[in-house]
Amino acid sequence: MDRECPLVSGGTPVVTLEGVRKAFRDVPVLRGVDLTVAKGDTFTILGGSGSGKSVCLKHMIGLLEADAGRVLIEDRDVTHLSERGWVAERKRFGMVFQGAALFDSLSVFENVAYPIREHRNDPEERVRERVRTCLASVGLAGIEELVPAELSGGMRKRVGVARAIALEPAVMLYDEPTTGLDPANARRIGRLIRQLQQELGVTSVVVTHDMELCHAVSDRIALLRGGRIVVEDAAAKLADGRHPEMRAFLEGTHEALPPSIEEQAEEDSSHV
Amino acid sequence: MSQPAALPSPITRLGDRVLTNVGVLGEFGLLVAASFRTLRRRGIPLRETLLQFELIAVRSTPIVAITALFTGMVLALQTAFALSRFGAKPYVGSILGLAIVRELGPVLAALMVAGRVGAGITSELGSMKVTEQVDAIRAMGADPVEKLVLPRVIAATVGLPLLTLFAIVLGIYGGLVVADLQYRISPDFFLQTVTTAVTIGDFFSGVIKTFVFGWTIAMVACFVGLRADGGTAGVGRATTQSVVVASIAVLVSDFFLTKLLMLVPTDRILSWIGSALS
Repeated sequence: MDRECPLVSGGTPVVTLEGVRKAFRDVPVLRGVDLTVAKGDTFTILGGSGSGKSVCLKHMIGLLEADAGRVLIEDRDVTHLSERGWVAERKRFGMVFQGAALFDSLSVFENVAYPIREHRNDPEERVRERVRTCLASVGLAGIEELVPAELSGGMRKRVGVARAIALEPAVMLYDEPTTGLDPANARRIGRLIRQLQQELGVTSVVVTHDMELCHAVSDRIALLRGGRIVVEDAAAKLADGRHPEMRAFLEGTHEALPPSIEEQAEEDSSHV
Repeated sequence: MSQPAALPSPITRLGDRVLTNVGVLGEFGLLVAASFRTLRRRGIPLRETLLQFELIAVRSTPIVAITALFTGMVLALQTAFALSRFGAKPYVGSILGLAIVRELGPVLAALMVAGRVGAGITSELGSMKVTEQVDAIRAMGADPVEKLVLPRVIAATVGLPLLTLFAIVLGIYGGLVVADLQYRISPDFFLQTVTTAVTIGDFFSGVIKTFVFGWTIAMVACFVGLRADGGTAGVGRATTQSVVVASIAVLVSDFFLTKLLMLVPTDRILSWIGSALS
């Protein structure tokens, strides 16, 4: 299949969306999204609220199923994979949710240990060690016994990252990682994303509308508007904001479509 | 769908509603199927099920106890009052025993659990759904049916019959106390009338229904919770809906189960089993 945007970073494709379409209650959100995330890259999907960025991300890990088009992981077609088939794929992914999505009923330790216990038969001491390492790498050593309700927004997000990296994933998906954080915490998350990429060679997909984060972490940038990727290129080329689509996005003059029902619902629920 | 701008006709709206409801029933069927499939493949998630048993069954004992006790007491008052018109007051135990064992114990325990547990399950799973915790379970390669649905459904299916036994004992005790204090019917005589009237078959036909009630309540509560959307308001709506649907399901299925069980000669089957064992 021809791609309008050839890969410049040259890595092998890890996640590919081809003509992905998705509608919620007859309202189309994605109208044919094409993008390719290359190995080792940090790929940022930009877009306004309700543009379908999170929906895009959820297709990559099978939380949503495309109405049309294809989703590939490496070269495997996973578009209509069964929930059982996804289990093996998801082990290699870590996802950080918009509201962190920590389990309220479990302690921080239990939260981070959850994927380890789910997929590995490690002895308790190994689990503890791994949880300690993960929490330390997000700068939150020693908070194992707290429960999510006792944490600040920034801490919750970082625990969410710790949980997502617990199984040493090959791909990290970040859904609006800095939304609702103060600038210091937002920058800290940005550094964390960069650090994970550099130290562990993790491929990352970041969904955001935070331009500072976008500049700090991205290798490639794609802009989503009207349910399609309107521009995709190396971050260095788009960073100056001279591309007309980028400029329109930055200046807020691009004809924003009304937010979709689904995204509105998601935004509502994130304020719970 | 391609209706012109005019308001859809009542028939179209009715049709839409029917289609939506059939779709919802279909989704419920899929969740039920998934729960049985997961149970067969992965067995009972023991640790979480025990935890849920504590929350669902053990912590429901106070509310079930109060309901059963006072229902038994008021039933004794009313029955004795009515029977005294026919000079049959001493037989209050027979009627009360049959009513509580066959019907009131099971249904009142089920309605109390539908309110307390149904609401609890739906609001918990609903909140998890709208804060993406259910998605997080899936994203980590785990199965929400195994982690959330199965433990609750198993705990309620096993827990409700036990709560019913408890309700039956306390209901009869409540009747006994009122019969003794108010109508001077001796406890010995009261218990004798109860045990003469109530057969082991009555007892089984009462308790067997509650397995179905417990399963239905938890299954509906999980289903409605996992479908919740639209933030906190959506969770509230789902919770109300869950309690209403579960209560109605208990009352309606009670009628049909009772009718069905009357067709089964429970007493004969039980005595046959008894003689086969001895």
